[in-house]
Amino acid sequence: MSELALDLRGISKRFGQVDALDDVSLAAKRGSIHALLGENGAGKTTLMRIAFGMLRPDSGSIAVNRIPINLRSPADAIAAGVGMVHQQFSLVPQMTVAENVALGGRGRFRPQVTARRIADVARRTGLSLDPMRRVIDLGSAERQKLEIIRILAHNADILILDEPTAVLTSRDIGELFTQLRAFAAGGGCIVLITHKLNDALAHADEVTVLRRGRLVLNASMSEVNRSSLTSAMLGSAPAVTARSYKGTPLRQKVVAAFNGVTTEKQGQTPLSFEVLAGEVLGVAALDSGAATMLRVLAGRISHSAGSISIPTHIGFVPENRIGEALVPAFSLTENFALKAAGSRSGVIDWRAMHAAAASVIEDFEVMAEGAGVPASSLSGGNQQRFVLGRELHDDPPLLVLENPTQGLDVNAAASVHARIRAAAARGTAIVFYSSDLDELAEISDRVMVINRSGVKFTSPERQSIGQLLLESGA
Amino acid sequence: MPEVALVADMLVRATPLILAGLAVAIAFKGGVFNIGAEGQLLAGAAAATATTLALSGMPGAFVVTAAAVTGAAAGALWAAIAAELKRRFHVLEIISTIMLNFVAIHLVSYLVRGPLQEPTGIYPQTETFPLSARLPVVLPGTRLHLGFVAAVLIAIALAWVMKNTAWGFRVKAIGSSPRAAWSTGAIAVQRSSFMVFIVSGALAGLAGSIEVSGVTFALYENLSPGHGYTAIAVALIAALNPAAVIASGIFFGILQTGATAMQREFAIPSSLASVAEAALILAVLSVAAYRGRRLPGLPRKSAA
Repeated sequence: MSELALDLRGISKRFGQVDALDDVSLAAKRGSIHALLGENGAGKTTLMRIAFGMLRPDSGSIAVNRIPINLRSPADAIAAGVGMVHQQFSLVPQMTVAENVALGGRGRFRPQVTARRIADVARRTGLSLDPMRRVIDLGSAERQKLEIIRILAHNADILILDEPTAVLTSRDIGELFTQLRAFAAGGGCIVLITHKLNDALAHADEVTVLRRGRLVLNASMSEVNRSSLTSAMLGSAPAVTARSYKGTPLRQKVVAAFNGVTTEKQGQTPLSFEVLAGEVLGVAALDSGAATMLRVLAGRISHSAGSISIPTHIGFVPENRIGEALVPAFSLTENFALKAAGSRSGVIDWRAMHAAAASVIEDFEVMAEGAGVPASSLSGGNQQRFVLGRELHDDPPLLVLENPTQGLDVNAAASVHARIRAAAARGTAIVFYSSDLDELAEISDRVMVINRSGVKFTSPERQSIGQLLLESGA
Repeated sequence: MPEVALVADMLVRATPLILAGLAVAIAFKGGVFNIGAEGQLLAGAAAATATTLALSGMPGAFVVTAAAVTGAAAGALWAAIAAELKRRFHVLEIISTIMLNFVAIHLVSYLVRGPLQEPTGIYPQTETFPLSARLPVVLPGTRLHLGFVAAVLIAIALAWVMKNTAWGFRVKAIGSSPRAAWSTGAIAVQRSSFMVFIVSGALAGLAGSIEVSGVTFALYENLSPGHGYTAIAVALIAALNPAAVIASGIFFGILQTGATAMQREFAIPSSLASVAEAALILAVLSVAAYRGRRLPGLPRKSAA
C-alpha cells in the first residue's frame, strides 16, 4: 500500500517580506506515518495549513489521492478526506464527546447516530471514548484523543497532527502512537508535525525535514538516524547537548518550605518538601495538581491547610506565556512594568522601565526591535526569554517555572536551560516543572514526583522518575 | 454675536458628553462594561439638586462645590450597586447597569413629583436654583459655564493619570488581560475592577451634577436626552483615550446642537443627526473590523 495520498509540489508562500516556504514538496503515502520535522518557525505548520486549505499557496500544486485539487477553504479539504488536529484544542468544554463530534455537521443532532460513528472509529483504530462524557471532565490526553476521533468520524483518511505530543505524558504518547499505527495500517495516512526527534525516530516511516522554509531532507526512516536528522534540522550549528552542567554544590539553605500543605483544588494529599538555595528541583506529576501547587509556591494563590514559608520576591514563569505572563498588546516595556504592578503606587518612571526592559532584551538575547514593540510580535522563544529575564531581573531567591520550554525549538530550549542553570549557580532556588521527563532528567539536581500518596524524591534519571509517576497512576 | 452664542451652546452640550464619555472610556479600558452612565448621570443630577436646594442661602461657591461632590458620590454609589452585584453574585454589569438606568429614570420621576417637587406642587420638577447656586458663566453673553472648563481639565488630568501612574497602568492591565494582571502583576483584579466602577460612576455623576448646576438649574424628567448612551459612542470614537474624548465629545455636541438649530431654522427633522451619529459609529466599526482589530472595549472571548 504505497499509494500516494497527499502530494504537495513546489509550494511557496510569502508573508510580507518573509519567505515562509520556498519551493517545498512533500509526498505522504497511504499506510504510513510521515513525520514533518523542523525547528520552530521552519514552516511546518504553514505547509500543513496550506494542505488543509487554511492558507493559499503563492505557487505550487496540491493533489489528494493523485487528483489535483484546488483548496479554497478547510471545508474543501475535509470534503477531500483531509483532517487536521491543531496545536490548540478546539473543543467546547461544556458539551459532551458526542456533541463535540457532531459539531459542524449538518442536519439534526442524533446522539445515537453520532455514538455509532464514534464506536465505528473505535473499532477501526482502537481510539475509544464514552460519547456521553463531558469534555470538562476529560484530561488533556483524552481531549487530544477526542480531537482525532472527531476528524476520523467525519471520514477523513488523511490525518494531519500538529505537535500532538506536546501536552501528553510519555505513557499517553505511547498509547497515541499505537492507535495512530492502527489507523495507518487500516489504509490511513498520517502527517505528524513535530520538533521532537524522538517522536519521529520511534514512530514514523518517512520523514521530511524543513529548515527556514526550505526542504532539506525527504527520506525513508530506514535511511536516516538521530545524528543525520539533527544536522538536517539544525544545519551546520552543532546540537546543544546538556549534561555538561551537572553537580552544582547544594547550599544547605532552605529558601521555601511546604509542611502538610493542601489546597482546595488538589485537595487530597498534603505536600511537604523543602527547596534549597542554588538547586534545580525538578517536579514531575501526572495530573494538573502540580499547577495549583506551583502557584501556591509562587505566592499566587493561598493554601487551605498546612504551613508554608516562601520568600517575598518570587519569579514565576507560567506555562501559558501569552495569557498569563505577558499581555500581548502591551509593549515589552509595559510588560516589564506588569511585574509586581499590584504593589506599585504613585507615578511610574517609564524611562527607568524602558531602560530595564532594554537591558533584559540585551542580556537575554531577545530578538526584538527595541522595548517598544508589542509582546505579540515576538516568536515563542523570544517571548520566553523575555519573561525569564524579567522574572530574574530583581534576583529573586526563588524562581518557579512551569513547562518553560514548551513549544520552543531545540536551540531556544537550550538557551533557556543555560540561563536557568546560571541563575541556580548564583544561588537562586529553582523549581522546574516539566511534563517532559527527558528534560527533567537533563536539568534537575533532584526530582520531586507528586503522586497520589504525596511527594517522593529521586535522582534525575528518566527511569526512576517514570517509575514513580506510574506508581501513582495505579 | 449669534455665532459665538451658537459655538458656546455646542460646548455646553458637549460638557456632559465629555464627562460621561470619560466615564465610559475608563470603564471600558478597565474591562468594565458600564452601559449605565445614563443612570449614574441621573443619580448625580438628583443628588446635586437635593444638595443645592438643601443648602440654599449658603455661599454660592460652597453650594456649587458641595453639589458637585455629592453628585459624583451619588453616581459612584449607583455604579457601586452594579459592582457589588458583580463581585458577590457574578451578575454581568452589562445587564445590571442597563437595568439601573431605568431605576434611576423612575427615581427621578418620583423625586420631582414627591419629596423634591416645587412648592406649588403643580409642575413635575424641582424649584429653580437661586442665581448664586449656579455655575458661573465663563464667556459673558453666552451660556458657556465653568463646567466645560472643568470637563476639559478633568479629561487632561485623566489622560495623564492613565499614562503615568501605577493606578492607570493597573486599569489598563486588568482590562487587557485580567489573568496576566493577576498572575504576573499580583494585581487584586476584583478590587481594581471595583475601583474602576466607582471612578466611572463618579465621572458620570459629576456630568449630571454639572448639568443641573450649569444648564437646567432644576431637576425634571427627561433631563438627559440620552447623554449616557451617546457617551458610549463618544468613548468608542475616541478609542477610549481620555484626551481624545474632549474632541469626540465636542464633535457630538456640535452634531446635536446643529440638529436642533436645523429643525428650528429649516424644519429639517433633528432625528437626522441621530442617523448621522449611527452611520458614523457603523463606519468606525467597519473600519476596525476591516483592519481585523478588536474594537477597544468590546468584550473578548474568554479563554477556555
